[in-house]
Amino acid sequence: MTISPSITSPERRPFRLVGLLPWLFAAVVVGYAMVVGGYAATVVSFALIYAVFVTGLNLFMGFAAQVSFGQNAFAAIGGYGSAVLTATYGWSPLPAMVFGIAAAVLAAAIVGFPALRLKGHYLAMGTLAIGLITYEITVEWQSVTQGYLGISGIPPFGIGSWEVTSDRGQLVMLSLVVAACAFAAARIRRSRFGRALSAVAGSEEAATALGIDVSRYKLMAFLLSAGFAALAGSLFVHVVGYVSPEVFGLHMVIVTFTMLYVGGIGTVAGPLVGALIVSLLPETFRAFKDYQDLAYGAALILLLIYAPRGLASLFAPRGRS
Amino acid sequence: MSRLKLEGVTRRFGGLVAVDDVSFEVPAEGVTAVIGPNGAGKTTLFNLISGALPPSAGRILFEGQDITGLPAHKVATAGLVRTFQLVKLFEDLSVLDNVKVGCHLQGRAGLFAALLRPASARREEAAVDARARELLDFAGLSAFADEPASGLPYGRQRMLELARATAAGPRLILLDEPAAGLNTEESAALSRIIRRIADDGTSVLLIEHDMTLVMNTADRVVVVDFGRKIAQGTPAEVRADPAVIAAYLGTGKPSPDPAATQEAAHG
Ligand SMILES: Nc1ncnc2c1ncn2[C@@H]1O[C@H](COP(=O)(O)OP(=O)(O)OP(=O)(O)O)[C@@H](O)[C@H]1O
Ligand SMILES: [Mg+2]
Repeated sequence: MTISPSITSPERRPFRLVGLLPWLFAAVVVGYAMVVGGYAATVVSFALIYAVFVTGLNLFMGFAAQVSFGQNAFAAIGGYGSAVLTATYGWSPLPAMVFGIAAAVLAAAIVGFPALRLKGHYLAMGTLAIGLITYEITVEWQSVTQGYLGISGIPPFGIGSWEVTSDRGQLVMLSLVVAACAFAAARIRRSRFGRALSAVAGSEEAATALGIDVSRYKLMAFLLSAGFAALAGSLFVHVVGYVSPEVFGLHMVIVTFTMLYVGGIGTVAGPLVGALIVSLLPETFRAFKDYQDLAYGAALILLLIYAPRGLASLFAPRGRS
Repeated sequence: MSRLKLEGVTRRFGGLVAVDDVSFEVPAEGVTAVIGPNGAGKTTLFNLISGALPPSAGRILFEGQDITGLPAHKVATAGLVRTFQLVKLFEDLSVLDNVKVGCHLQGRAGLFAALLRPASARREEAAVDARARELLDFAGLSAFADEPASGLPYGRQRMLELARATAAGPRLILLDEPAAGLNTEESAALSRIIRRIADDGTSVLLIEHDMTLVMNTADRVVVVDFGRKIAQGTPAEVRADPAVIAAYLGTGKPSPDPAATQEAAHG
């Protein structure tokens, strides 16, 4: 070749340890909550549950660059699956959780197959509809869901006679689940499967021309994402012991989108960082009293201005981790 | 048996007949070029062959197998891979990962292999890594392996797209104006790479406006104008063909100078 490689020789990669900073941050936050317990433990527990959900959302929206406003539907299926099977039918939590996840993935396959043929805005609208319809079902199907009243008396998560009841026990369990989810995302990222998703994200035409079955990979990402959402929904009801339609409403869509973008869409650490930051920020602004929401909003805007690709991207070489 | 055979392939866009009853064969060996003025229907022809668009009429046979109307990823799986007139890289991926995506058809690992990483998946991944690096070396891109693809200068982006397509291990590769935007030096390097690909047993079908490249690289030339095939033969034969000269210059005057022909085509 005549082209000499010396013109713009690539720089050495930055020291890889900076990539560990987001994880260190998460460990410090969880450790703090563990020591302090009480309210802090509750806030961080919810953040970790959101992190599971957002990790799944990121597979579909970050890795494969698709849009879904309806993943809350799958969290609802997982959550209500667990709630009804344990509280009403007396199942133990683990099989109820597995059943809920399977039901959510099945539902995702049924709606995803036609929906993923839609493009851009139509896919977004279609998924939004899925979320709204599921919400209506949780409200109206009173014989099973008890409507707005909700279902209480859901047992804490446990296996056999061992139950996770204490705040700290829940934090440990949730941390392990989040770590496993992040580990899965990291492995997917660096695999043939994950590269195919990135290819779909980069150029569907080019991916297709290289033999990648684009609709199949989109569907797989959607199903995975639904599975994570259902896991998060199920974890939530077992941690709180109660579920009502509001839990998986439109609010969840907005909060999780914020977490995804603040943390860093398409990165591995982003969902966890985003979930923690977005959960903790309003708490740190409590001192502002009436201006709490204003300060929170301003902080989000500043984050998006100074870290437009998300916080985790600041620590990842080339904006990827 | 020829590697590719087109039989009366036609594509209409409303009233426009972009490809009109085109038939020709691409042998298994060597480089075949498709030339023609702007808007002649060359890219549309590639879209039909690669499955990006279904033809309105006609048949397309790849190694004797009817691939007419097959979805594009299945055409690629059959061993027919294309590049694009406007480079379509996976811009957020590194240069190396772009080529690894090109190796997609060479591997089998799925979701469970990604999560559990059994020995077979690790072996496959190591083989993909080695192959991708080898191809980068071949394309002169090794020094950029870990750079994002979007950061490459234009000429190298074209090389990367070519390396990525060859990674798929195709038996027929379609190149849509691979030399567009390259300087003379890069163009000459490209010409050598294309010859290498053909010598390694991959049949090459390329669209090209750069007549020097066509004359130096192609064994056979098919000429299209207004969607129809107007000539076919060796580069020398085609260049002397009055119908071809007329198509390029819009007059009957013969033009022996390839540079003039090229300018007219870009005009
Ligand atoms: N998807 C489409 N819809 C409608 N018309 C199209 C479409 N694709 C191509 N055409 C038309 O078909 C004709 C042939 O276009 P094509 O891109 O195949 O030409 P080309 O020979 O590749 O030209 P160039 O040398 O400029 O790349 C043009 O008139 C073009 O406008
Ligand atoms: Mg063209």
